[in-house]
Amino acid sequence: MIRQKGMEETALSQIETFYDVMRRQGITRRSFMKYCSLTAAALGLGPSFVPKIAHAMETKPRTPVIWVHGLECTCCSESFIRSAHPLAKDVVLSMISLDYDDTLMAAAGHQAEAALEDTIKKYKGNYILAVEGNPPLNEDGMFCIVGGKPFVEQLRHAAKDAKAIISWGACASYGCVQAAKPNPTRATPVHKVITDKPIIKVPGCPPIAEVMTGVITYMLTFDRLPELDRQGRPAMFYGQRIHDKCYRRPHFDAGQFVEAWDDENARKGYCLYKMGCKGPTTYNACSTVRWNEGTSFPIQSGHGCIGCSEDGFWDQGSFYNRVTDLTQFGVEKNADQVGLAAAGVVGGGIALHAAVSALKSAQKKTQTSVSKEEA
Amino acid sequence: MNEELATPNAGQRVDVYSSSPLTGDATEADRATVTRRTSVYVYEAPVRLWHWINAAAILTLMATGWFIGSPPPSMQIAEATHQFVFGYIRFAHFAAGMIMTVGFFGRIYWAFVGNSHARQMFYLPLHKKKWWREIWHEMKWYAFLESKPKKYVGHNPLAQIAMFFFMTVGMTFMIVTGFALYAEGVGQGTVIDAIFGPLRDWIGNSQVLHTLHHLGMWFIAIFVMIHIYAAVREDIMSRQSMVSTMISGHRTFKDDAPE
Repeated sequence: MIRQKGMEETALSQIETFYDVMRRQGITRRSFMKYCSLTAAALGLGPSFVPKIAHAMETKPRTPVIWVHGLECTCCSESFIRSAHPLAKDVVLSMISLDYDDTLMAAAGHQAEAALEDTIKKYKGNYILAVEGNPPLNEDGMFCIVGGKPFVEQLRHAAKDAKAIISWGACASYGCVQAAKPNPTRATPVHKVITDKPIIKVPGCPPIAEVMTGVITYMLTFDRLPELDRQGRPAMFYGQRIHDKCYRRPHFDAGQFVEAWDDENARKGYCLYKMGCKGPTTYNACSTVRWNEGTSFPIQSGHGCIGCSEDGFWDQGSFYNRVTDLTQFGVEKNADQVGLAAAGVVGGGIALHAAVSALKSAQKKTQTSVSKEEA
Repeated sequence: MNEELATPNAGQRVDVYSSSPLTGDATEADRATVTRRTSVYVYEAPVRLWHWINAAAILTLMATGWFIGSPPPSMQIAEATHQFVFGYIRFAHFAAGMIMTVGFFGRIYWAFVGNSHARQMFYLPLHKKKWWREIWHEMKWYAFLESKPKKYVGHNPLAQIAMFFFMTVGMTFMIVTGFALYAEGVGQGTVIDAIFGPLRDWIGNSQVLHTLHHLGMWFIAIFVMIHIYAAVREDIMSRQSMVSTMISGHRTFKDDAPE
C-alpha cells in the first residue's frame, strides 16, 4: 500500500518534459527555439516571453490529456489535426501526453478503456479533460454509449479527478445541432453536467484549429487557464465579434450590400448582412485567424457567417435571414411580420372604433336637436 | 353687469369692440361661459418638453431601427471609404436612443420634484377601489355603453395603465435591450459592456436579443397608434382638452358640472 502511494507520487516526475520528447524526436535546439518564438507570436506575446516558454518546456512535465467523445461529428478532431501554428503533431506528440482519445489512439476496445482508467489513476487531479460532443441525458443517457456504458457516466467519471475541462466545439459548449429544438435526446452541454470544475469553452462548429492548439499551448506554458469572458470562452480568441474585424466592414458602414446571390455586389465583395450574415452577433476569431493556415474564412469566400460558435445557433431560423423567424406562431414569421400584423389589427380596430364614435355622436346630436324641437 | 351675464341671449351678436372685454366674435353666451370655466395646470414645462423630445426620439428610433433590421437598397455614392450611409443610420439610432434614455431619467427625476400628475405614469393604484370602478366606467365609455364620460384632470385609469405598461415598462425594456446590443459594438472591457453585457450572456445568443428588441419596437408602435387615436378622440368627444394640454400644460373643461 505504502509502495503504491510512492509510485503515484513519482508518476509525474517520470513523465518526460516537452524538451526531452522533442530532442528524442530528433528536433534540434535551434528548431526548438524557433518553435518557442513562433508559439509566443501565435499567442500575441512579446519576444521576452520566448525564453520563458523555452524554460517551461525544458522543465515542465508534459500534461496528460484525456480526450473523450460524446454526441458529436468529430469535426473538432478534424479541425484540430489541421492546426498549422503550432502543428497538431507538435501538440500531440510534444506538448501534451494524449493518453486517451478514441479517435486518434492506436489502442481499441478493452485496451483503450484500460488506458483511460490508467491515466485517471496515475495522474489524479493533474490531467486535463478535453470533451468533444455532449452527453444526452434522456433515457438515462442511453442515446450515446461508449465502452458499453452511457457517455454521461464516462464523462462524470473522468471529470471527477480532472484539473480542468476543455469543452471543444459548439456541442460541448452549448449543445449544437443535437440540442436544437426539440432536443429529443436532451443533449446537454458539459458545464450543465459538470459544475465543480473549471471549464473553458472553445465553441465553434468546429473551432478554428489554431484556436484549439493555441488554448492548449497557453495552458501548458503558463500553467493556468487563459483569461475567460463571462460565458467562459478564452477572451483572446472570442473577445470580439467577427463583424468587428471583418474586412467587408467598410461596405457595411457605407450601406453597400449583396442584394442577391451572384449579383454584381456579390462579385464586388460587398457586405453579406442582407444575406443573413451572423457576423454581427458571433464571437469568434474567424476574421482574424482565418482557416486552413490563414487562407480564408466563410465571409471571404462569399457566404455569410452562420454564427456556429454561438449558443443555440441552430434555433435562430434560417442562415439567410437577418430578422429571425419566430416559430411560436405556427407558421414561420419574423418579428416584423408579427408586429405588422398586430399593428394592422390595432389599426383596423381604431378605424372601426373611430367610425362608430362618429356615428354615435352624430346620432346623439340629432337626438338632442329633435328633443329641443319637441320642447 | 352680473345680471346681464346670468341671462345671456344665446347666439346674439354684440358689439364686441365697444361693450365687451372679449374680442373676436364672442357672443353673450361665450362671455357667460368664459367666466365659469377654469383650467387646471397639469403638465409642467419639463413634462411637456420631455413628451415631445421623447416622441421625436421614438419616431427616429423606429425609422432607423427598421432600416437596421432591413437596410435600404445599396447605394453607390462613392468608394466605401468615403461613404457612410448605413453608419449614419446607425449613428442616428444610437444618438436618439441616448437622448431618449437621458430624457427618461430626467422624467423619472421630475416625478419626484414635479407636481402629483408627473408621477401618474410610474405606478398603478391597484389598491384603490375607486380606481377599479373608474376603469370599468372607462371601458364602458369606450365600448359605447356609457353615454357620458367622466372628467379627468390627469390620465384616465385606462390611459394610466397604457402609460405604465407601454411607456414605463416598454421604454425600460427597450433601453435595457438596446444598450445590451449597443454594448456589443462598444466592446468587452467597457463600462457599458460591464453593465449591460451580462444580460446578453444570460440570454445566450444575441440574435435572440435582436428579435426581442424588434418585437419591443412594435409594442411601442402599437402604443403610438392607440395613443394618438385616443388623444384626438378624447379631445373631440370627452369633456376636457387633450392635445392642447400637452402644448400649453393647461387642462380646460367643456362644462362646469362638478363630476
